[in-house]
Amino acid sequence: MEPRRPAFYILSAFFGLFLVFLYGPTFTIAILSFQGPQGGLTFPMRGVSMHWFYDLFEQQAVGDIWGSFRRSFVLGLMVMVTTVVVSVLGGLAFRKRFAGSSVVFYLIITSLVIPSILISLGVGLIFSQSGLRVHWATSGFGSQLTWTLPFGLLIMFAVFNRFDKSYEEAARDLGASPWQTIRYVVLPIIAPSLIGVALFGFTLSYDEFARTLLTAGSYNTLPLEIFGMTTNVTTPVIFALGTMTTVFSFLVIGVFLLTVWLLGKRRAKQGSDAGKGLM
Amino acid sequence: MTLNRHLTGWLMALPLTAVLAVFLVLPIIMIVVVSFWGATEWSIYPAFQFDNYQFLLTSDVTYRVYFNTLKYAAITWAFSLLIGFTVAYFLAFHVRTLTWQIALFLLCTIPFWTSNIIRMISWIPFLGRNGLANSALMSWGVIDEPLEWLLFSDFSVILAFVHLYTLFMVVPIFNTMMRIDKSLIEAASDAGASAWQTLWHVIVPLTKPGIMIGTIFVVTLVMGDFITVRFMSGSQKANVGRLISNDIALLQYPSASATAVILLITVLMVIGLMLRFVDIRKEL
Repeated sequence: MEPRRPAFYILSAFFGLFLVFLYGPTFTIAILSFQGPQGGLTFPMRGVSMHWFYDLFEQQAVGDIWGSFRRSFVLGLMVMVTTVVVSVLGGLAFRKRFAGSSVVFYLIITSLVIPSILISLGVGLIFSQSGLRVHWATSGFGSQLTWTLPFGLLIMFAVFNRFDKSYEEAARDLGASPWQTIRYVVLPIIAPSLIGVALFGFTLSYDEFARTLLTAGSYNTLPLEIFGMTTNVTTPVIFALGTMTTVFSFLVIGVFLLTVWLLGKRRAKQGSDAGKGLM
Repeated sequence: MTLNRHLTGWLMALPLTAVLAVFLVLPIIMIVVVSFWGATEWSIYPAFQFDNYQFLLTSDVTYRVYFNTLKYAAITWAFSLLIGFTVAYFLAFHVRTLTWQIALFLLCTIPFWTSNIIRMISWIPFLGRNGLANSALMSWGVIDEPLEWLLFSDFSVILAFVHLYTLFMVVPIFNTMMRIDKSLIEAASDAGASAWQTLWHVIVPLTKPGIMIGTIFVVTLVMGDFITVRFMSGSQKANVGRLISNDIALLQYPSASATAVILLITVLMVIGLMLRFVDIRKEL
C-alpha cells in the first residue's frame, strides 16, 4: 500500500470536526439534562441530578408526553408497515414500463420536494371543508406517507436497478410460478434493503413535524408536543425529554442496523436461503 | 400480453398511486381552489377572485421575504456543498476499507434518523447569551461582552440549516463517488496529474449528478421550511414558509393558499431547471 498523503490527515481532521459539529450539540443537552434542580438551560452545571428526568413523569410539568409518545410509536409502526408494503409493490411495478409510469414517477419526486407545509395545509383544508375530523391515525397517517414513501421507493428503485435478473429466470426455468418467484427468490434477496426501508419509515414518521402539524387533530404526536413545549417550558426538563427521545431513536436505529448486520452474517455463513421455503 | 403487462404494473402501483392521489394531488388541487376564495376574520367562503394574488404580488413584504428565502437557500447550499463534498471525498477516496467506509458513512447519516426539533433545541446551550460559545470567546479574551447575534439571528438560522441538511449532500455525493471507476483515478495520476488536477478535472465532473441531487434536496428543504426559521430566529426573521404558517394561525386560509401556490411554482421551477442536468432514475 502506498503511504498516506498529508491530505489524508487534513481531511481526517476535517471529518472529525464535522462529527463534532453533528453530534456536539446533542451530547451537550445530554449532559445538561442532568442539571441540578436549581440549574438553568446553559452551563454551568449546578450540581448533578436526575431531577428533570423525574419531572417527565409529572403531568403538570410537561403535559401529556407519554400519551403523545404512545401515539407517535403506534403511528410510526403503522407508517413503517405501510411504507414497506407499498414501496415493494411500487418497486416491483416500476421494473417494467407501464402506461403512466413516468407520471407516477414525477408524482413521487413531487411528493419528496413539495414544501411540507403545503401537505399540512391542503390535507387540513380537505378534511375541514368536507366536514371530516382530522386525526393522527387518518389524515396524519396519510400526510406522513407522502414523506416516507418517496424514500422507500427511491431505495427500492436503487435495489432493483442492481438486481440480477438471472435468479428469477432460473426460478422460472425450474417451473416456479410468478408468485413463487417473488415469494421464495426475490423477497429473500432484497430482505436487508427492506429493513432499511422500514428504518426510514419508522424514524421519519416518529420525528415528522411539518406534515403532521395541521393534520394530527386534537391529540398531539411527540414532535408536536415537544415543539409546544419550546414556547412555554424554560427549564432543563426539555433537555431531559430531548435526551430520552434521542436515546430511543438511537436504540431503534441500533436494532435495525444490527438486524441487517446479522442477516448479512448469516448469509455469508450459509449462503443464500432463497428457495428453502419450498422444501 | 401487453395489456397484461400494463395491468400487473397498474395493480402493483395502485396502492402507491392511491396514497399520492389522496394526500398529494388532491391537497394541491384544494390549495389552488382555495387560493381564489375569500375570507372574513373567522371563516372562509367559496369565491373566484384574484384578491389574494393581487395583494400578494403588490406587497413589498412578499418580495423582501422571497429575497430572504432565496438568501437562506443560497448560503446554506454553498456551505452544505463545500462540507458535504469534502466529507464524501474523504470517505470515498481516503478511507481504504469498505468496512470503515460503511461505519463512518453510517455515523454521518444516523442524525438524519433523529428528531430535527431536538437537534435545533440542542443549539441553545451553545449559542445563547451565556452559552458555551460566548463564555469560551470571553475567557480567551477575544471579546469583552457576549455576542448578541449568535442566537436568534440569520447566523443561527443558517447554522441550523447547515447542521440539519448537510447529510442530504453527503449521501448522494458519496453514492456517486463510490461508483467512479478507480482506474480512472490511476490513469489520471499515471498521466502526470497532481492530486488537485485529478480532483478538479476527473472527480468533480463525474460527481456532478450526485451534487445535483444533493442540491435539489437542500434547496427544496430550505425553501419550504418554516419551523427552523421560526425557532432559530426567535420569530424575528421571515421566509415564505413562515408567511404561510402565520396566515394559517390567523385562519386566513385563502391567503395562505395563494402564497403556497406561488411557493410551489417557484420550487418546481427550480427543480425542473436542475432536472435538466441529471437523470435521477439513472443515478439510483
